Amino acid sequence: MSEAVALHAPAIRRDPGKFWIVPPAALLVLLFFYPLALIARQAFLDDSGVANAAEIFRVLHSRFFLNALINTVTISVAATAGCLIVGLVLALILAFVPFPGSSFIARLIDTFIALPTFLVTLAFTFLYGSAGMLNTGLMEAFSLPLPPVDFLYSTWGVVLAEVTVYTPFILRPLLAAFSLVDRGQIEAASVLGARPFRIVRQVILPAAIPALIAGGSLCLLLTVNEFGIVLFIGAKGVITLPLLIYGKAIQESAYQVACIIAVVNIALSLGLFGLYRFAAGRLGV
Amino acid sequence: MSAVAFTGTSVMDIDAAKIRGAGSNVHFDKVSVAYGAHVVLHPLTLDIAPGEILAMIGPSGSGKTTALRAVAGFVRPASGRIRIGATDVTDLPPYERGLGMVVQNYALFPHMRVEDNVAFGLRAQGADKALIAERVKDALGTVGMATFARRYPRELSGGQQQRVAIARALAVRPRVLLLDEPLSALDAQIRRNMVEEIARLHRSLPGLTILYVTHDQTEALTLADKIAIMRDGRVCSHGPTTELYRRPPNRFTAEFLGRANLLPVTIAEPVGSKGLATARHGDSVLTGAGRDEKAGDKSLLCIRPQHLSLTADAEHTNRIVGTLRDVHWQGELTHLVLDVDGTPVRVSATKLPIALPEPGARVPLFFAPTDTSLLPEDSGV
Repeated sequence: MSEAVALHAPAIRRDPGKFWIVPPAALLVLLFFYPLALIARQAFLDDSGVANAAEIFRVLHSRFFLNALINTVTISVAATAGCLIVGLVLALILAFVPFPGSSFIARLIDTFIALPTFLVTLAFTFLYGSAGMLNTGLMEAFSLPLPPVDFLYSTWGVVLAEVTVYTPFILRPLLAAFSLVDRGQIEAASVLGARPFRIVRQVILPAAIPALIAGGSLCLLLTVNEFGIVLFIGAKGVITLPLLIYGKAIQESAYQVACIIAVVNIALSLGLFGLYRFAAGRLGV
Repeated sequence: MSAVAFTGTSVMDIDAAKIRGAGSNVHFDKVSVAYGAHVVLHPLTLDIAPGEILAMIGPSGSGKTTALRAVAGFVRPASGRIRIGATDVTDLPPYERGLGMVVQNYALFPHMRVEDNVAFGLRAQGADKALIAERVKDALGTVGMATFARRYPRELSGGQQQRVAIARALAVRPRVLLLDEPLSALDAQIRRNMVEEIARLHRSLPGLTILYVTHDQTEALTLADKIAIMRDGRVCSHGPTTELYRRPPNRFTAEFLGRANLLPVTIAEPVGSKGLATARHGDSVLTGAGRDEKAGDKSLLCIRPQHLSLTADAEHTNRIVGTLRDVHWQGELTHLVLDVDGTPVRVSATKLPIALPEPGARVPLFFAPTDTSLLPEDSGV
């Protein structure tokens, strides 16, 4: 019996490698999941710490929340579409139209990634603001009493700023994908009689789809959560989810409302991320 | 490439008759190409006749691919004109030149099925659906790939992909087919088979003009009607394949095309009525096919390794003696390397004496006068 027991009690072998998961996991829990859990918990508790599910339904059906959700989705989808179009055109030019200084231009565009997002908005104010260069010039040239261009303080101003800031996030993966496109395929297509537009459509773009999806998803994620640009432009009536969370938490001290909206914002972000991973997995990105 | 496809001798002939294109001549008229101040192709004047296969061969950087790319329209000549048939194509974009091209790495469109790859050019040119279907079927039949129409390129072997690339180029019925190192990515066995396949294909499509760029002399010798040998951006020799091989005009051609042995000689008697001149190499008096050498001229006697024999007979009347340095047995061939008065001489033999001499032994070599060619010593090029 004792022998059988001995047989069933193998010597304990400890693999020291597997314990290395503990420090990063603990750090993640402490810095990321715990605060998220606190936000989720706060969403269900009112300011006195009592569970209040009715408040969740009230917030989710409120006009201010639905407007913010619609604004967030509209702006992020429009900005992502704009980034995809501008990024694609720029990447095609930079990758396939030979001109001196193309790599310098690519790096210059890259520098946008390093800049704080609100700086672009500030620059836009100088350019397109009511007292900006464009309006001042037009008012002087045509003796206009009021600034004629006022798109900056609207949804389209936010979209334009986001397109400017986030296009490099499309450009980078596209340029990387284009650098891998076999030039022989383009030349073969050209010799076979295909004009440039057909080559772009049928040879280059299919090769760039994974990069477009990766860049577009990233762009969508970033624009959904964009805060600085929307705040800095201060467009009338353009409230997005992050701005609403800020307003409710900081300005109104309505923490449960802020957390409910934050949970929706997180769910939206994770949903988009899940979609991106699914698409990326299907396409082998 | 499947073994079945290669062993079928009539595969290429099935539908080839339907794909006969009206071949055009290609004319390079003083075409030069430069990148900044660096000239990569010096003024080149060359004709490729309709239905002819011209192989451009030469070492890397010799300008052969540049010349092909100039015909394709990917490189703009710094000077000169290129005509295909009656059309001056120098200023035309590639898609208006009416060509087909096959490159080393196949360049198939990976997201398209084989049939869509082959149909690509026809669709680009606006052909109607019925014509596209017919041409795709014919082109795939011609290269023995009809049963692979629904496959993607990634599902094919290298040889099969190259066949599809050829079918894609043929489907548009090009005026000229450009082949840029088409077999370089294939392994030796498949390459040998593909050379035979292309030769058979051209016999089926005699009107098709082909410009074939390669660094492989075997491919050039097997396929080409004419060869242009390039070096440092210039054509250093050009002519019918057999003529260029038998009577190389200069040292580079002799050495590049077939690795000829070049024995320094002094002309003793100029060419006589039989086209043979007498020359001295040390104490040996040798006879070789000459041109216009004069007595006393310094020349090189070009002898191919396979034309040297270790035994004398009625034809092999020339005799030289060398010191055996190395013996390399390669199955069907044995290569001997000898030193003949300081000149390395290679011998490729299928039959050797049973008792092979040891390295260091003095070995007599025999060769026929008609298997040689005299060329000027300063013909270096």
